[in-house]
Amino acid sequence: MKRNRNVGIIGVGQTVYSSHREDVNQPEMIYEAVEAALKHAGITIDDVDCVVHGNMELFEMVHQPDLWHTIGTGSFGKECLRVTTGGTTGATLVCAADHLVASGLHDIVMAIGFEKLQEGHTTGGITNMADPLWARQLQTGALTGMTAADVIDEFGEERAKKVSMDYRIIMDKHAMKNPYAHRRLGLEFSQADELSKTSPALVGELRMIHMCSQSDGACVMIFASEEKAKKLCKQPAWIKDHITAHREEMFCVFGDAPYITTHKYAAQKLFERNNIKNPRTEIDLFEMYDPSSWWGLDWLREFLLLEGDEHLKMIENGDIKIEGAFPVNPSGGVIASNPIGATAMVRVAEAALQIMKAAGDHQVPKDVKQAMASGFGGTMWTVLFLLTKEPPVLNN
Amino acid sequence: MNKKVGICAVAQTTYERDKWHQRFQGMALEVLESLLNQTGLDFSEDGGINTTISVSDDIFDARTISDNAMTDVLGAHFRCEEKVAQEGIQAIYYGVSAILSGHTDFVLIIGHCKESQAKSRNMVTHVAFDPFYTRPVGLDFCAAAGIQAQAYCQKSKITDEHLAKIVVRARQNAQKNAYTKDVSMLTMENVLSSQMIADPIRELHAYPVSDGAVGIILASEEKAKKITDKPVWIAGVGNCMDSFFLGDRDVTSNFALKKASERAYKRASITDPKTLDVIEVSDQYAYQLPMWMEGLGMCDDGKSAEWLNSNNLDKYNVNPSGGMLAGNPLILGGLVRAAEAALQLRGEAGEHQVKGAKTALAHGVMGPAGQFHSVIILKTE
Repeated sequence: MKRNRNVGIIGVGQTVYSSHREDVNQPEMIYEAVEAALKHAGITIDDVDCVVHGNMELFEMVHQPDLWHTIGTGSFGKECLRVTTGGTTGATLVCAADHLVASGLHDIVMAIGFEKLQEGHTTGGITNMADPLWARQLQTGALTGMTAADVIDEFGEERAKKVSMDYRIIMDKHAMKNPYAHRRLGLEFSQADELSKTSPALVGELRMIHMCSQSDGACVMIFASEEKAKKLCKQPAWIKDHITAHREEMFCVFGDAPYITTHKYAAQKLFERNNIKNPRTEIDLFEMYDPSSWWGLDWLREFLLLEGDEHLKMIENGDIKIEGAFPVNPSGGVIASNPIGATAMVRVAEAALQIMKAAGDHQVPKDVKQAMASGFGGTMWTVLFLLTKEPPVLNN
Repeated sequence: MNKKVGICAVAQTTYERDKWHQRFQGMALEVLESLLNQTGLDFSEDGGINTTISVSDDIFDARTISDNAMTDVLGAHFRCEEKVAQEGIQAIYYGVSAILSGHTDFVLIIGHCKESQAKSRNMVTHVAFDPFYTRPVGLDFCAAAGIQAQAYCQKSKITDEHLAKIVVRARQNAQKNAYTKDVSMLTMENVLSSQMIADPIRELHAYPVSDGAVGIILASEEKAKKITDKPVWIAGVGNCMDSFFLGDRDVTSNFALKKASERAYKRASITDPKTLDVIEVSDQYAYQLPMWMEGLGMCDDGKSAEWLNSNNLDKYNVNPSGGMLAGNPLILGGLVRAAEAALQLRGEAGEHQVKGAKTALAHGVMGPAGQFHSVIILKTE
């Protein structure tokens, strides 16, 4: 990616993610993450030039919530921008912050993603995304069993269900090490068969246990120009590249023609631009937006451009575990915590924390030189990031 | 700003009270087709438009992720589309940063709003207030504007006649604007006798509810010169957020607008705003036109009554398009102002063209009593 100047991530702040945060209102909740991020970056709000804000506004039914949230974001007297792109909002906020710093308009930008899903109705809200005339009757919100059906169709019921549950349990084991994670269930692999049968079905073989949570919470990230980042932070996480790809339809309307996912498209472009031949060895870690364990396992193949059942083997072999060869979602992923407007940002934040060696108990044991993070939203939209330990070479 | 970003094309639909015959996708398509025709651009992988910024509002659209329904219209199939859910002029702020960062060469911006669908604008703006303290009081943007108008008119000695004159002038200008001919001509008497909706704001002091769409293509300096021989350069941008609780604010201080415009002037190296050739401000209510003039530094604090009496609105070419009082949907006001300013500098403003305009200012405002302001400076050189 061509860039005017480098941008480093120098601070991350998160609230605890939880199904209920009745003890705080929206600005108060955001303030917790703002305070934590400023502390992590070692700066005060006076050092921040611009505040970028986003969430899914229809969920909490607050019009232009950045106006009210000024109280908690510290944006009084500052330049501001509000961006919202559904599930990808958090990732788009990172892109916006990156643009704003790389452009030279600002030296330090704070980005805030938040959601208080308890105050809205997630499935009802997402159902309202569909066209009121043609598609709303068919919408099931974010609950779709299509991927489960496809994976079962391709790999057989027994193996597909087993791998999906393995993925789920690995994510839970990661979440158990993350004090911010919402669902920390303490699952054991011995429970896999039982859970596949007893967890309530949502749509087809997509069961409650497979699906991401509805969470309240906020994530805040602080971005700085190369000069400032080096001054303020011992080990910033540098933004090397990002790519955004949208598509609206979820299947190919032209018979058997192959359906190219935005995950695969984005990954191909990203690897091509950054000369990555083998993502599993050249990238040290992947923090992926995984709305359910069915999607999580399926998208590994798309993002890593794998063939056949390689993605299933990665899970079966335990490669994706924190201590594995290719750690995926050391945070526990979206399945564990899903405050929608923040979720995609948490993915980038986690990748940054891993590079900064600041992830705490869920820090992966290996040195993370290059990390990938993804956001997902809308219908089938992807934002894909590449972060590095060393500042990228400017090759304009 | 380190480099220049150019506006290469501008397109608008007409603004009408109720475009019941068109969906928001249809309005946007009209704009998109015009922009592509003007520039010859497409969405090809190599050298086409790869970044789109849409402007809409989920609550106005009554659709979660309302840009989802726009992916195809915006050319975002396997491309990037981001949605600014604020005053539309902020899409330019975002687009400028995306180009200056070096990440992209072209940015397509399209904003749409069907205010008619939301039935009551005050229902939408009512939910911009916090649910605990200010929403139960029944506040909406209009009521908040009423509080501001009271204080400001008293401070700056603005009378009911001043406000009526502003509305009549806006309607006169609107008659020359091909996109706002839907608004009818009014007399002073019509305005002075119109119903009071939030004292001293009368019904005819408020911008007319309308539907419409507007779009702009931004390009890096090098690319802009290739696709148009009349680029308009964005020389400076700036915005600012004020406090949320009205009780925390001096609502007549113009705090946010002063800061926003100072930032834009500084980036554009403007030392005296009175040297600007055209000024397009978002006047959602008549009292705001002179008030924002104080905020922009066009006239001294508290002196706008005299300033109006001296016919300065015409002298400084303020809102030759008719402004928001001629009817642009709420969240598009500032983006339309920028589009109008660009048309003026391209010499394409039609009957309301200001002769030889070389510099312009566009302004957008959002939030109760102007909590958030955004200013852009445009130049031909």
